[in-house]
Amino acid sequence: MKAAPFEYTRVASLAEACALLAEHGGDAKLIAGGQSLVPMMAMRLARPAWLVDINRLDELKHVELRDDALVVGATVRQCVIERNADAVRSLPLMNKALKWVGHVQTRNRGTVGGSIVHADPSAEIPLVACVLDATLVLQDASGPTEVAAREFFFAPMVTAIAPEQCLAEIRFPVWKAARVGCSFEEVSIRHGDFAIVSACAQVALDADGKCGRAALGIGGASPFPHALPEIGAMLEGRALDDMLIEDAAVAVADLIDPDGDLHATAEYRRFLARMLAMRVLKAAVADAVGKEVQ
Amino acid sequence: MSAQPGNYRYIGSKRRTKEDPRFVTGRGHYVADIALPGMKHVALVTSPHASARIKAIRTVKALALPGVHYALTGEELCANVDPLFVGVDAPRVARYPLARGVVRYSGEWVVAVVADSRALAEDAAERIEIDYEPTDYILDPEKAILPGAVLVHPDHGSNVLYRRTFTWGPVEADFAKAQHQLSFRVHWGRSATVPIETFGIAAQWDPGTQLLDVWASIQMPKYPDQLAKALRLPGNAVRVHFDVDVGGSYGVKRGIKHTVLVGYLAKKLRLPVRFIEDRLENMRGGDMHGPDRIFDMTVAFDTDGTIHSLKIRALDDVGAYAGRSPLQLGKPVGAIVGPYRITSVEYEPISVLTNKTAQEAVRGFGQAPTNYAIESAIDRVARHLGMDPIELRKKNFITKDQFPYLIPSGSTYDSGDYHTVLDKALRAVDYPALIAARDAARKAGRLAGVGIATCLEPSGGNSAFEPLFNPKNETTTWMDSCLVRVDISGAVTGVMNTSTSGQGHETLVATVLGEVLERDPDTIRVVHADSLNALPSNSPVGSRMAIMLGGAAAGAAKKVKAALMAIAAHNLGVALESLEYRDGNISAKGDAKKSLSWDALVEIAHRKFHKLPPGLEPGLQAKFVWEVPTGGGLPTADGRIQMYPCYSFEAHLVLVEIDPSSAQPKIMRYLCGHDCGTMINPDIVHGMTYGGIAHGIGAALYEKFAFSDNGQLASQTFMDYLMPSALEVPAIVIVDHCTPSPLTEFGQKGSGEAGYLGAPAAIANAINDALAPLGASIDELPMTPLAIWTQLQGGRTP
Amino acid sequence: MNEKLYPLSVTVNGKVHMAEVPARLTLVDFLRDTLRLTGTHVGCEHGICGACSVILDGAPVRSCLMFAVQLDGCTVTTIEGLTRPDGTPSALQDAFCEAHGLQCGYCTPGMIVASHALLESNPAPTEAEIRDAIGGNLCRCTGYQQIVHAVQLAAENIANGAK
Repeated sequence: MKAAPFEYTRVASLAEACALLAEHGGDAKLIAGGQSLVPMMAMRLARPAWLVDINRLDELKHVELRDDALVVGATVRQCVIERNADAVRSLPLMNKALKWVGHVQTRNRGTVGGSIVHADPSAEIPLVACVLDATLVLQDASGPTEVAAREFFFAPMVTAIAPEQCLAEIRFPVWKAARVGCSFEEVSIRHGDFAIVSACAQVALDADGKCGRAALGIGGASPFPHALPEIGAMLEGRALDDMLIEDAAVAVADLIDPDGDLHATAEYRRFLARMLAMRVLKAAVADAVGKEVQ
Repeated sequence: MSAQPGNYRYIGSKRRTKEDPRFVTGRGHYVADIALPGMKHVALVTSPHASARIKAIRTVKALALPGVHYALTGEELCANVDPLFVGVDAPRVARYPLARGVVRYSGEWVVAVVADSRALAEDAAERIEIDYEPTDYILDPEKAILPGAVLVHPDHGSNVLYRRTFTWGPVEADFAKAQHQLSFRVHWGRSATVPIETFGIAAQWDPGTQLLDVWASIQMPKYPDQLAKALRLPGNAVRVHFDVDVGGSYGVKRGIKHTVLVGYLAKKLRLPVRFIEDRLENMRGGDMHGPDRIFDMTVAFDTDGTIHSLKIRALDDVGAYAGRSPLQLGKPVGAIVGPYRITSVEYEPISVLTNKTAQEAVRGFGQAPTNYAIESAIDRVARHLGMDPIELRKKNFITKDQFPYLIPSGSTYDSGDYHTVLDKALRAVDYPALIAARDAARKAGRLAGVGIATCLEPSGGNSAFEPLFNPKNETTTWMDSCLVRVDISGAVTGVMNTSTSGQGHETLVATVLGEVLERDPDTIRVVHADSLNALPSNSPVGSRMAIMLGGAAAGAAKKVKAALMAIAAHNLGVALESLEYRDGNISAKGDAKKSLSWDALVEIAHRKFHKLPPGLEPGLQAKFVWEVPTGGGLPTADGRIQMYPCYSFEAHLVLVEIDPSSAQPKIMRYLCGHDCGTMINPDIVHGMTYGGIAHGIGAALYEKFAFSDNGQLASQTFMDYLMPSALEVPAIVIVDHCTPSPLTEFGQKGSGEAGYLGAPAAIANAINDALAPLGASIDELPMTPLAIWTQLQGGRTP
Repeated sequence: MNEKLYPLSVTVNGKVHMAEVPARLTLVDFLRDTLRLTGTHVGCEHGICGACSVILDGAPVRSCLMFAVQLDGCTVTTIEGLTRPDGTPSALQDAFCEAHGLQCGYCTPGMIVASHALLESNPAPTEAEIRDAIGGNLCRCTGYQQIVHAVQLAAENIANGAK
């Protein structure tokens, strides 16, 4: 299990990375944390001729609050975002999601952007990006392009990114409401495995306790991380009682498009999606209710 | 009886092991750490088809790469080596390291490439071009035994490798008199113990001495002999270095085909060659798949719970070739009734070929699946009768005053006290509280179940299943040995004759030698001889080393001690029976002035021939070669045989909860009552038991080598073959008990397979107890969330 | 094929090593085959088993999941570098011996690396925190119980001044 031979460049700037990508096209591949790419290279399922290392680009390592969004550089490591005070405060859903991502050793190396670009439909970080309607900033030699996360993922490991583009940053919208609650849950066979199905939800409650805003998504049960704005629309303006949540969960199960594999059938995934949707909505409401009305 | 009887100085005490310090500092000596000057590396080209004819192999493009030395095909290899050993009488199921003409499973080795580095070898392997013509294949073992089935080895004439119906005791009469009978089927899925180190071997041929040196990650009986035979070399032209640390084995590190391949290449190319399997090679075509067994069980019993008789049909899918795998149906003959007074058994083992990866030996050598089937039967009888499964077991247990106890299949259990061990376990777990916790969980809307398994670990590994399953094989000894030397400085060295894969044999030998010679084990060195210097050994299989190596070490130490006593008697002018041995010094009883120190005695032995008693060899060393106690016999015509000598017992109690909203099981409590006689080193015994339970958790809930409908291995990486981590294995409580074996020096029995032999059964019983209120049950391992969910939906198969 | 070699300077266990390596050489192969630091083990080569864990710039990582060439200028600590300066076992390594937190020793360096990193950041971990910290390291011998005990014992001993 040794990678096929390749050439390597550690770039000094994002511009240099983009230039190399433009030069080599599909033969070049960016490496950030490498936690998904390197095993694929070891098994020779991926065999780039050029490996462009963007790990040391300071311009991709920022974490900052900007215009109601938490802006995260693409190569910010998962362990950094896990401990970043701004992220913990403003993006608790990400923090909850990271508890399910791999293990200590992989989070120490794996990056936020790498997980998004790898586009495993059961990965946690892409799901958070979709559910929160994050914006992805893709850079190429001609400049940046913005893409909504919800428009980015097509199929397992297939995304809107072009071979000459580099994901530069992710802008996660921060909900400003007083009472925002969130939850991330998943079912995997072992802890740290990719989810069979995952679910996350974020809700904001009005002063009168009704749902001001809600977002929910399901991972692992569609070919891509599946944000379900239909559910948000269904919940907004209503009291989030158990009956409504159960109706929403049933709707979730109808909206997704699961597939079967070694560990789960499509029907089992549909069941899990319903159960997890119920669980995360209830937990998100409980989380929000626990917060004081300002 | 206490947990540890006997008045021992070192045995049974908390003592650090001799091996651990080198491992914790990164100074182990594994095969992949060996770098021979000029060493070349092997990568394999493997079959993508479950069954195909090989039409052509073109190696030109591979050999054109700089740094690539050779591409070996099956045509060449098979013409120059003999086929590998097959455990049953099936000479036409020939097995070689590389396929010749046809491939019989996806992953089968077809070409071996040798290059300057492993990476280059993989580059070259990609450039080997092979034309295949896919042919029909058979994956279902039940269909494989039907007439007209596609044959894996047409020359063999059938897919059945071995089949026989044994009848031991009055089966039909017992069934006729029994008030009830129950029939059911359970399936032990294909899993294995999967060590974290893959198999590896490095070999070097010296044309000057005509000697093949081998370093390998092995745990295999008769490995040097089989290697020499396959390479058509005399036994003394092969030297296997047993001082290689083995990174886990638990039965599977056989690697004979790897070794024949690499040995051939090293000799042919006159270059040191090494092959370290990568994980894909290891999972697809290494010696890594265990039993895959369907049991059809019928049990005859009375309303009061008395179990009279069992009919067991065990259909084992051994994959495309047979090494020792069919014999894994043979070992369970020695404990075919478990710990129960069942007076008759019909046993029909069927070993079946399919187009899957070949099965190899796994921890327990077939006993864990059989225990799962027996313990499933006990629980089903209990449920049928509405009886408490604990009471049912106690009612049928052999009682402690019935030992030695002859079971219908011809083995005599040496000793045991099953009722006491189970009672201790029940007390320790607070069984009423366990049941209350289960019932409380059920009341709260969760699914919860308590599982019990009480079963045996036959130990002291003998090979009596060889003559039982193959009358042409008259092997009746499975000896092991130890050599003890006391050097001129007075230091003691024990020499063992096999490799170690984590069982702490150096600690075992040092402890036993220290005990007998009354010398501090910390001062005793234990080394592994190479195979040309070694005394006979049959390797650490069959849970045998505490018994066999421990027994051999004790025997050798006693000979040394006897020599010292003879020297003392001769020089002190005191009769042997009037001498006292203490800490290695010898004095006349009641006359301390008449004494000789250890150092003085050693000096006489090494330097002063004139002071040696007549007939005593100078120097101070002794060897002891021990036949397995109770061994030596051939089977009777109806297939009765003493299998292993000693029988350890374990009683598992488990509480499992299932989250109905996810179908995920979680082990809430785990306790194991364990009796393996005298423990030489309790930390080692406990460690192996915890580890065995973790293996059992894997087999019960997580691990499966699954094949797709077209015969591709679907779980060939650690992303799909799921082994439990520290987050899945719960805290485990072990409760010790000691019923000494009358057959061994210190009363020890085996424990190398402990935990694994009962854990899958106990967990399966717990899951089924949890599902029982729904009228559901699962009859196949592993019991995955998908399988559980399917039952929760009413049992419709997905 | 003559693979291009890349210069590399990396500090391993306090010593600076200069080497020229092919780009595809993984960190674990560099440590084992180039530097002959064979205490770090290869288990799966695809990032699941944790046997190859080392400490990179202070954090435990899987050394099969990066290429050596990426580490120019970095600092790596392996199991060999976790001993006391005279090469004897550290308090953590000693606790693994005392608790017999291993059998075959193959996963042990990775387990000790993971445990070392845990104790550096959390000197008094709970059992759950220990299990989480070693949750990415597979062991097939021990069932983890004596490993957990070893880490608990090490935490106690270190709190009492052991080094």
